[in-house]
Amino acid sequence: MQSLHINKTYKLYIDGNFSRTESGRYIKWTDPKKKMIINFCRGSRKDFRNAVVSARSAFKAWSGRSAYNRGQIFYRIAEMLEGRKEQFISELILQGFTKKQSKKEVTLSIDRLVYYAGWADKYQQLFSRVNPVSSPYYNFSTPEPTGVVAAIAPDNSCLLGFLSVVVPAVVGGNTVVVLASESYPLCGITFAEVLHSSDVPGGVINIMSGRHDELIQQFSSHMDVNAIIYCGADSGHASVVEKNTALNVKRAVNYADQNWKNPDAQGPYHIMKSQEIKTTWHPIGY
Amino acid sequence: MINNRTIDQVGAEERVSRLFSRSIKKESKVQALKMILSMIDLTTLEGKDSPGKVKQLCYKAAHLHDQHPGLPTVAAICVYPNMVPVAKVALAGTNIKIASVATAFPSGMTTLSAKLKEVRSVIDAGAEEVDMVISRGKFLSGDLEFVGDEISQVKNACGAAKLKVILETGELVTLDNVRRASDLAMNAGADFIKTSTGKINPAATPVVVLTMLEAIRDHYLQTGHRIGMKPAGGISTAKQGIQFLVMVRETLGQAWLTPDLFRIGAGSLANDVLMQIIKQNQGNYQSSDYFSLD
Amino acid sequence: MVSKTNIRKKKVSTNWEYSAAPESTDHISLKSNYDLFIAGKFTKPKEGTYFNSINPANETNIAKVASAGKADVNKAVSAAKVAYENVWKKMDPSQRGKYIYRIARLIQERVREFAVIESLDGGKPIRESRDIDIPLAAAHFFYYAGWADKLDYAFPGRKTKPIGVAGQIIPWNFPLLMAAWKIAPALATGNTVVLKPAETTPLTALKLAEIIQEADLPPGVVNIVTGDGSTGEYLVDHPKVDKIAFTGSTEVGKSIIQALAGSSKKYTLELGGKAANIIFEDASIDQAVEGIINSIFFNQGHVCCAGSRLYVQESVSKEIISKLKSRMENLILGDPLDKNTDIGAINSKTQLEKINMYLDIGVDEGGTIYQSTCTIPKKGYWCAPTLFSDMSQSHRLVQEEIFGPVLVIQTFRTIDEVIAKANNTPYGLSGGVWTDKGSKIFKISKEIRAGVIWANTFNKFDPTSPFGGYKESGMGREGGLEGLLQYVNLY
Repeated sequence: MQSLHINKTYKLYIDGNFSRTESGRYIKWTDPKKKMIINFCRGSRKDFRNAVVSARSAFKAWSGRSAYNRGQIFYRIAEMLEGRKEQFISELILQGFTKKQSKKEVTLSIDRLVYYAGWADKYQQLFSRVNPVSSPYYNFSTPEPTGVVAAIAPDNSCLLGFLSVVVPAVVGGNTVVVLASESYPLCGITFAEVLHSSDVPGGVINIMSGRHDELIQQFSSHMDVNAIIYCGADSGHASVVEKNTALNVKRAVNYADQNWKNPDAQGPYHIMKSQEIKTTWHPIGY
Repeated sequence: MINNRTIDQVGAEERVSRLFSRSIKKESKVQALKMILSMIDLTTLEGKDSPGKVKQLCYKAAHLHDQHPGLPTVAAICVYPNMVPVAKVALAGTNIKIASVATAFPSGMTTLSAKLKEVRSVIDAGAEEVDMVISRGKFLSGDLEFVGDEISQVKNACGAAKLKVILETGELVTLDNVRRASDLAMNAGADFIKTSTGKINPAATPVVVLTMLEAIRDHYLQTGHRIGMKPAGGISTAKQGIQFLVMVRETLGQAWLTPDLFRIGAGSLANDVLMQIIKQNQGNYQSSDYFSLD
Repeated sequence: MVSKTNIRKKKVSTNWEYSAAPESTDHISLKSNYDLFIAGKFTKPKEGTYFNSINPANETNIAKVASAGKADVNKAVSAAKVAYENVWKKMDPSQRGKYIYRIARLIQERVREFAVIESLDGGKPIRESRDIDIPLAAAHFFYYAGWADKLDYAFPGRKTKPIGVAGQIIPWNFPLLMAAWKIAPALATGNTVVLKPAETTPLTALKLAEIIQEADLPPGVVNIVTGDGSTGEYLVDHPKVDKIAFTGSTEVGKSIIQALAGSSKKYTLELGGKAANIIFEDASIDQAVEGIINSIFFNQGHVCCAGSRLYVQESVSKEIISKLKSRMENLILGDPLDKNTDIGAINSKTQLEKINMYLDIGVDEGGTIYQSTCTIPKKGYWCAPTLFSDMSQSHRLVQEEIFGPVLVIQTFRTIDEVIAKANNTPYGLSGGVWTDKGSKIFKISKEIRAGVIWANTFNKFDPTSPFGGYKESGMGREGGLEGLLQYVNLY
């Protein structure tokens, strides 16, 4: 007799813990073939608030780690995703992608993780400067992570797009709260399992599911969020976000019309989008 | 003789990690463990201490683990002033010293005259050692003369009793401050300099201990006087104790490896050390079920 | 000053010494016989000659190692050329990166085995090979693996092309680490490699060959030919080698330049040094003393960038030298495999003879010698940590590289004086400055003509940080982006 299938509960991932939404609400999601019903958490503004608190308290330690260490952790995340390839491929297939598309998406995602792991201890060398000021000072500029970054994953991409908006910010030393795609939420939520087994400290990456329309106001207006990454092509978010960033001069990064499979969808400039430049002066002399 | 000595924190941390890479095994480990036991100031400093608690502590101090012969007793017990009479009775007939905190421990926030009165009263009650706190607020606002003067006056009030000066290094924050406070205390008459009250974190971090040991060494090189050192607070494992002994040996030398010049302020450390001693003897890891609580 | 009259009499009853704490060797696997590593396989040398690799701590033979002759070197270079043209040059750069990541991971997984073998073969303390050499080697592979598919960003306005086959000759003082410094950037930029390890320390390179097999690196991408100086010469002279990278003595470096004259081969050299380590009166004194110890006694002074010339400001010289001597007494000399050993064995009989020659010269020249009191084991090659004070610029010991645990000490009075003396040398690899004043740090680092300046620290290495010398200390840099430059043509 066949054993009855145990369905997975898709939870939020906040502060390194798998928790349900404090609101108790859910979003009923069915796959295109109507085989499965999944009740996703309908994340609330309080969940988002808690996630930001967690991300803020994790920021000092995460940005204080050596770049080498951050690179090692992302390489480990790639290893873990490699080990769970089949799981992600079947989730993509469930959401309506072909087997070929799904395999390609997961492979590209693993490669993108390895790619950014390699940037962790190199982008600083490209974007730091020693500036030849015309007075006897040693003057140098270095990039520093901006702080807590809110991200709204692109709606039309399940895994690759999700990673592409999160990873560059975190490799650069920021901590992140990301809202998974509403149409294709599975892989973003499951990615928490990969993080949980990868030496990533709790609070560095926080993952939520929920209604984008509901949450966009909170994500863009929170005063303790330093930058927001969003995909402006998605149903008129852009104007809401842009207006709200004025409240605390949030840095806004808009990935409208991005094809995540393109080679230019990855690169060190994506890291720099959530970096600040600090310049220091010091006298040279006796 | 207060030098304006600066300490490079990164360099000091590296020296510490090099000291911690020492591997202490076999006979040297057993010898170290026994030394640690003999250097413990077995401490209880809680608002809820009572005569019963202190009596039990004193018994434990003299009977660490009677099942295993040949173990030393601890160096001293350390209690609040009103428990000194209890300890005096309980420790009669042993060589264990009675140390009392004084000077409005742990904050030190009262008048000098109140502090001196307290010191005299614990001496009268039978304390042989006094653990005082420095006025950190005065230190951090730059009134070093005040801090030094207080220490001298307390030392006077101690008479023959030994004075340990608690710097509360967690509040001093920088190693430069720790060094300056160490020099100040030693010049003002301290017999021991001590890291912490144990009431705040951080307490006796390794790099702070190193800084104080180096201050003691320089004081000795300049004056010929040997001052003692006592780390306290957060020390609960034999491993930490051994690491401290390595630091003492390699910074100050064999002469300081005696309870006359090195103490460890601790509560639960003794049992971890005992478990290690028995493990070295028998070859298997121990359980705390087999070692008495105080 | 210590006044004898008021020293409290102390009855010293404690004598706490450290018991032996040997690192276990039962988990390592070492063959008794090693062949050459060519085209992905261990191959016997054509003329069948082998030599012994000796443990310098007890003079016993550890293993027999093949001696590569001219034909063997030719075979290795050809294998590297074939692998370059047919496989490695054409490979997707991100795949190249993944191979290098594999090597890095495998080293991390076998770190203790590598550390033990490194200490057995070369004499350095297990604490150093375990905590510094092997982890740094893995880190180098990690760092350069990440560059493989990012070279378009490395050089503004320029794209890169690999050079071809790199012939790499490495020394005996950091055997695995030097192999990593050479192989990692070469591979990341698309080149293939023929590596010649030092004669006295071939074993960790041969264990690396096993890792290369485990990582499934395409055959011929890395080849390892063991042997003596003649093997190195065959490699330098081979017409199909496109680039030579050499780390070793200035003397041999110069002969390589001559041998390569007229050929179109590129070369980079990392040669000797006689670094000035400058202590100002406003330095954090205890950390400076520790820094001096690290600068000259780390790895028994077998370090090209060692702070072998100490310049201490006269106002603090007495205190510094006295604390130095006390600190030296805590250095434990002995079995490299004992975890408490600070000073291991001198790498070879030849090197020990050279050091002893210099000790004699120093005494003859009128320097004041001081050596720490430590028991020298009967077998093996050993030199106690040594200071020579009352030295001046004209002493041979101050001018020539000794490559041992020997520090020469001079005092200075002004900053201009010490800068001039620090630069008064044909070498220019590294320098050290100890002061609490930031502006002095930047001034000194500007004025000293050396490739690496350590301020308030010494002997710090990182894969991201370029390393290399001015003047006769060599040319070219290893580490960081500059390390990539040596292995590419820009267009």
